[in-house]
Amino acid sequence: MGKKTIFDKIWDKHLVHEEEGKPTLLYIDLHLIHEVTSPQAFEGLRESKRIVRKPNLTFATMDHNVPTLNRHNIDDPISAQQIDTLVKNCEQFGIKLFDLNSPYQGIVHVIGPEQGLTKPGMTIVCGDSHTSTHGAFGSLAFGIGTSEVEHVLATQCLWQVKPKTFEVKVDGKRPKGVTAKDIILSIIGDIGTAGATGHVIEYRGEAISSLSMEQRMTICNMSIEGGARAGMISPDEITFEYLRNKPNMENIDNEIIEWKKLKSDNEAVFDRSLKLDASKMSPQVSWGTSPGMVSGINNKIPNPKNIEDPVKRKSVEDALIYMGIKADMSITDIKLDTVFIGSCTNSRIEDLVAASKIFKGNKVADNINAIVVPGSQLVKYQAEKLGLDKIFKDAGCEWRESGCSMCLAMNPDKLSPGERCASTSNRNFEGRQGKGGRTHLVSPIMAAAAAINGRFIDVREYDIDWEDY
Amino acid sequence: MPLDSANVDTDQIIPKQFLKRIERTGFGEFLFFDWRFNDDGSPNDSFILNKNEYKGSKILLAQDNFGCGSSREHAPWALRDYGFKVIISTSFADIFYNNSFKNGILPIIVDSKLLNNFFKFSISDSSYELYIDLDNQKIKDLNNEYYFELDPFRKKCLLEGLDDIALTMIHSDKIDTFEKQYFRST
Ligand code: SF4
Repeated sequence: MGKKTIFDKIWDKHLVHEEEGKPTLLYIDLHLIHEVTSPQAFEGLRESKRIVRKPNLTFATMDHNVPTLNRHNIDDPISAQQIDTLVKNCEQFGIKLFDLNSPYQGIVHVIGPEQGLTKPGMTIVCGDSHTSTHGAFGSLAFGIGTSEVEHVLATQCLWQVKPKTFEVKVDGKRPKGVTAKDIILSIIGDIGTAGATGHVIEYRGEAISSLSMEQRMTICNMSIEGGARAGMISPDEITFEYLRNKPNMENIDNEIIEWKKLKSDNEAVFDRSLKLDASKMSPQVSWGTSPGMVSGINNKIPNPKNIEDPVKRKSVEDALIYMGIKADMSITDIKLDTVFIGSCTNSRIEDLVAASKIFKGNKVADNINAIVVPGSQLVKYQAEKLGLDKIFKDAGCEWRESGCSMCLAMNPDKLSPGERCASTSNRNFEGRQGKGGRTHLVSPIMAAAAAINGRFIDVREYDIDWEDY
Repeated sequence: MPLDSANVDTDQIIPKQFLKRIERTGFGEFLFFDWRFNDDGSPNDSFILNKNEYKGSKILLAQDNFGCGSSREHAPWALRDYGFKVIISTSFADIFYNNSFKNGILPIIVDSKLLNNFFKFSISDSSYELYIDLDNQKIKDLNNEYYFELDPFRKKCLLEGLDDIALTMIHSDKIDTFEKQYFRST
């Protein structure tokens, strides 16, 4: 006893069936679905005449295809078909759907926590790799493929090979201007995009536990970019406080007693450990075509000549060509065309409040097209109540309706070939934001500062009230 | 077919504009779309998939961390529909690895020395062929054979084409018992 990690505790509690040499059958508490990865799963159910075992444990939203302007008018017939299909499937199988008319519609990973669906200790899955976001509450949350979506619908269970555990401890006090986004980009820069493959990360240390819930979600969100199966953070008073005012929390005091047990025991051993010091971190900018290709704002683009490993050298060379930047160039010399503030990584209210502080009283540079896309309709409502929309619009940004938007360009928001974007999303892969588009990942405040200056600049030059962000 | 890039993500394997279909098949023609076609829609002759000598390949050689990024099962669907049955690399992203088995694709992990040899041989001689013996877990060429590790359960599912859901249904009573207990205690 007394030797379990939080991951082990959740895993053990959800064991339905175990056999030597086989994957484990795990029970799933919460299943979230969206329009892109679910149609084939429902089709599969129909073909094999199966039903949804627990319709009340699955929730649906539409986010990937949704236009952020004029949302009720979907021009692309195939996008519209996916959305219609989701509506019909939810009706047929009795699943609650937050549709385009719902005041709670939004990006699947934003609305889960917002609606009080995400709770500590749960197993949570969704046909979307950024399901890891929900791990910020001390739940085991991971992305699955469409066959597995069908499997969960039919059985409320999933076969899983037990992953290994990976402790990432970030000590030290985070300097002003260094946000959760900068911490997670630094971690990925350190371990690489496959650094945590096969592992579940537990983030710990002072720099993590001092973060707000929304910042913790930003960290866990990008676990997948480090290759991890999931990322999690032990729930604490900050978690409980955050959950208190959420819907579906009638029994919260009793639940908190249980949730307090969700901590890795002192003697628990992780398969791997890494320690980092937040006080040495600076605001990060990705310069290449994978999230591991990042660097501090005051650094220079690496030179492939200095890289020994031929595979790595080639990927840096390829990335520089695709990104249209030169080795040894200063990050602050990179000029931009577009700024996107949004996505399940950074579109919550705190992100928007922080960005608005930079925008306030400033104007977006002439060469920049800046859009701000709230993560959900509720975030949009909160932001408008605080008058943030006005600050954004006065600065020259576009203020949109909620959705995934320019994070993946399945909807009308996308980059054109060669267009360069500072983006608060999570992936800078080739073509992710539109074919030929060039993405630099940054925090919301770095994105705002870049919008005003038309190029990257160290956000710490701004003298604002940083508060907790 | 040797695809000499590391960290090939699922956005490259199948770009998002093709995720809008609601069927499970017909994705092969969109495989590696942005690399395979020029902006005007003509085939990009320098991309390996378009080279005649590799047409009809069933084995894809890939560099480290293949299939990273989004969880889209459309990636293995596209590879399968195009005709690939096996992918050999030094490592795969977790979700992609899982998704592959569910669609009859075998991802094989080998060490980098062996992978580099396969790359070398198949680039210098496009008639170089590999055979996979799933039963005995061996990769063979004309001169040698190399053993590869594979989870016995996954191997069984691949060989017998088992339906995961049916397999789980065998344990229905266990799920029932679990639920009874679980929902009483929480
Ligand atoms: S915002 Fe981007 S990463 Fe998040 S769910 Fe939508 S498409 Fe995926």
